[in-house]
Amino acid sequence: MAKLPVSADEIISVFGPHQHYPNKGTVRSNPQNPDALIKTHCCFCGLQCGIQLKVKDKKVVGFEPWNDFPFNEGRLCPKGVQRYMQDNHPDRLLSPYKRVEGKGFVPIEWDEAYDAVIKEIRRIQDQYGKNAFAMLSGVSLTNEKSYMVGKFARVALKTANLDYNGRLCMVSAGAGNKKAFGMDRSSNSWADLAHAEVILITGANVSECFPVLTHKIWEARDNGAKLIVIDPRQIPIARTADIHLPLRPGTDSALTNTMLKVLIDNNWLDNDFINNYTSGFEETAEAVKECTLEWGEAVTGIPKELIFKAAEMWGKAKTSFLMHARGIEHHSKGVQNVSSCINLVLATGRIGKPYCGYGTITGQGNGQGGREHGHKCDQLPGNRDIENPEHRKFVADIWGIKEEDMPRKGLSAYEIIEAINRGEIKGLLSICFNPLVSLPNNNNVRAALEKLEFYAGIDFFLSETLRHANIILAGSLQEEEEGTTTSAEGRVIRIRAVVDPPGKAKRDSEILMELARRLGEGDKFNYKNSEETFNELRVASKGSAADYYGITYERVEKNLGIFWPCPTEDHPGTPRLWEDRQFNTNDKKAHFNPTPYKKPTEEPDEEYPIVLTTGRVVSQYLSGSQTRRIGKLVDLYPEPLLEIHPNLAAEYGIEENDLIKVSTRRGSALFPANVVETIRQDTVFIPYHWGGVNSANQLTIDALDPVSKIPEFKVCACKIEKTGRKKGEHSKEFANQSRDIQY
Amino acid sequence: MAEQFERFNDMEFFVDMQRCIGCHSCEMACAECETNGETSMIHIHYVDRAETIQTTVQVCMHCEDPICANVCPADAITKDEYGIVHTADTSKCIGCANCVIGCPFGVPQIPDQSAMLMMKCNMCYDRTSTGLKPMCATVCPSGALTFDTRENVAKKRPNSTPVNRFIFGKEIVNTKVNIMMPKGSKELKVF
Repeated sequence: MAKLPVSADEIISVFGPHQHYPNKGTVRSNPQNPDALIKTHCCFCGLQCGIQLKVKDKKVVGFEPWNDFPFNEGRLCPKGVQRYMQDNHPDRLLSPYKRVEGKGFVPIEWDEAYDAVIKEIRRIQDQYGKNAFAMLSGVSLTNEKSYMVGKFARVALKTANLDYNGRLCMVSAGAGNKKAFGMDRSSNSWADLAHAEVILITGANVSECFPVLTHKIWEARDNGAKLIVIDPRQIPIARTADIHLPLRPGTDSALTNTMLKVLIDNNWLDNDFINNYTSGFEETAEAVKECTLEWGEAVTGIPKELIFKAAEMWGKAKTSFLMHARGIEHHSKGVQNVSSCINLVLATGRIGKPYCGYGTITGQGNGQGGREHGHKCDQLPGNRDIENPEHRKFVADIWGIKEEDMPRKGLSAYEIIEAINRGEIKGLLSICFNPLVSLPNNNNVRAALEKLEFYAGIDFFLSETLRHANIILAGSLQEEEEGTTTSAEGRVIRIRAVVDPPGKAKRDSEILMELARRLGEGDKFNYKNSEETFNELRVASKGSAADYYGITYERVEKNLGIFWPCPTEDHPGTPRLWEDRQFNTNDKKAHFNPTPYKKPTEEPDEEYPIVLTTGRVVSQYLSGSQTRRIGKLVDLYPEPLLEIHPNLAAEYGIEENDLIKVSTRRGSALFPANVVETIRQDTVFIPYHWGGVNSANQLTIDALDPVSKIPEFKVCACKIEKTGRKKGEHSKEFANQSRDIQY
Repeated sequence: MAEQFERFNDMEFFVDMQRCIGCHSCEMACAECETNGETSMIHIHYVDRAETIQTTVQVCMHCEDPICANVCPADAITKDEYGIVHTADTSKCIGCANCVIGCPFGVPQIPDQSAMLMMKCNMCYDRTSTGLKPMCATVCPSGALTFDTRENVAKKRPNSTPVNRFIFGKEIVNTKVNIMMPKGSKELKVF
């Protein structure tokens, strides 16, 4: 919707991000004597640590560790410790708002807000067709909300164009797992780390993105496990690793292919497993024939001796655990990178047995459950295929619609932005997604937002993206609605409504149900509570590749979580998959997939000679819409820094805190230099949690994986220039705000 | 894991620097406590960020013969029967900073210059006295901070040895808090 109604700074002055600190007597009114301690889970990453929230006078006033939750046993990262500071936050949206040109955002009543949204949905869909109104969602939502969003978009909004921010997270892993195993879930719970002889972590900054998992890895190391870490930077978990392979960004599958060839050449294989329980090994072996150690060294930049040592360590082990995350998945060949890791697991047959594990570390709180049941553009609940006639019929019957009325496969998240820019999509409803910060090449995203005829968003804070909205619907925090999430290990757990939404804010599900009612489909959204939604989800997932049918709220509560698949109410759940070696594929075998090496979309050249990679820091979460408002988290790492090796810095005469202009073919931005030896000499790193002029995603490339449609955040080409200036004395006070003018 | 331990005397504090990931979770959790005036009594620092990602964590070591208490002219700092060296008694502390200067580990601080009162870790006396672990050792996500029995630690971490004897030149300091060192270590010679 055109430009901002008033300047960004004027919007920021009202809606923040403001840094919120605990103050005696205000937020934490006598937290030592709380009225209640409610056991629930952290709202941030996929580990979903157990936590108790302190409630006093119907407000969340603090936390207390939950020592009995089996995964984290009380442990929490700084985000978890400070999470409660988003409750009672001065930036909280307490009523719906409408955009008024020249005035900014003005509070309105719910009726007016709903009317405006429904009127515009009808106008746009009547004028341009149903699919011209798109929806973007997010997987910080519970399973119940995710399921409801999926149903809302297809049944009430009747659009094919629904996608979600998991598109930036687990889709490469999901696609790779489906190809190999016919199921999209980590094959093991973290318990299988305990006695793994070798742990291989690739593309996962465990100690900053999944801090509590660090303890599990050390437990295994105490039991004798060797640790191999693959990452272009010396991340905290790499510092003490037995082997750290600092590869050139974008060459992940070259490294894993070379390792596979070493396994084959030395017969460090489980031939019985390969022959009896897998298919595709010969083609895969053929595809790595040329991947010699010399070739691997030339492509990855890692000495061949080190590659051999890692392959030998992996090859000779009797038990092992391989885990990866966005570092290998955020690529235009993300699915191939995942397959190449699975090939290493299958070649050694170390899966489906105690202490033989494999899995992706899901990044978002409900990245696992959300993608199974909700808002993926090509998927129906139970991980069903929206183009499969039987799947369509099954779900259409549960939803009470005709199969032919079920929309077909829609566009993925970034494709929706592109379609807006092409003029094909005219209206947008978002919930729990901040694409202006989190999508690559985000100048394109801004152009799209400015082009939309109508944009409404459901959220609890005014995110950078929502600054462009026509109508803002004040929604709820995770701790304001009952539900479940599914953690990275496939454990379905209970999320508690600890408090009510403040002011006139409403529960997300209440907003969606009311919109559905006003769109004339209220009879299909008649849920009395979250448990009813969950029970419909159970039925919709029955018999599927993500079967929740046997999971009930009562069972989840009693057992502190149930691992899916769980087909019946007397089924114990499945922490470890594939123990019977019957995979979920058509031939019941695990599938090797050949992964011939492909270069990244953009490689350094004369004009842009340096590799740019992006990632996260421990104190911030994703687009920062929540964590950039929490004072102590902001203070830990206030502004994005450009990590650069001293040798590369010396070539440009760059010193610590020099303000550096970083440019790519998409745009340029200024970042202070952080000169450190903990990164490759040919690569620079910028964390991406900030918006506006401080956004790293102004620079990243919008190349997508052809299968998963994940963007290539982890590698593009850039150039750097000295500005002759030092970092501004007060720049860190402003970076969290996402301004559009440089401090 | 049981929610509460049975006997405080069985429990010890162990610090393992190699596991510290520099996440500051301990600092943030410590600063939640009203007893501390919402100031963290544990501190994380980079060793040298230009060269390494390594961080250190410093918590009160609760010395057997606490220098901070010995140099206190006001007798504000006391050690109790469980070996906990308590933060300065606010009615006695004169803010002279002798303890700040004297502590070989750099633990006591005077965080509020206007109040001029020394503050330091008392091993979460309010929690440990009711059978709860200290807050920092409860939340630490990497196991760099642990509160457990010596037997359990010996069993769970066979590759390291807890050390509580520190050599600072001619001064030998024995502490209640242990630092995990390479297996077989007997003491840590600082200089």
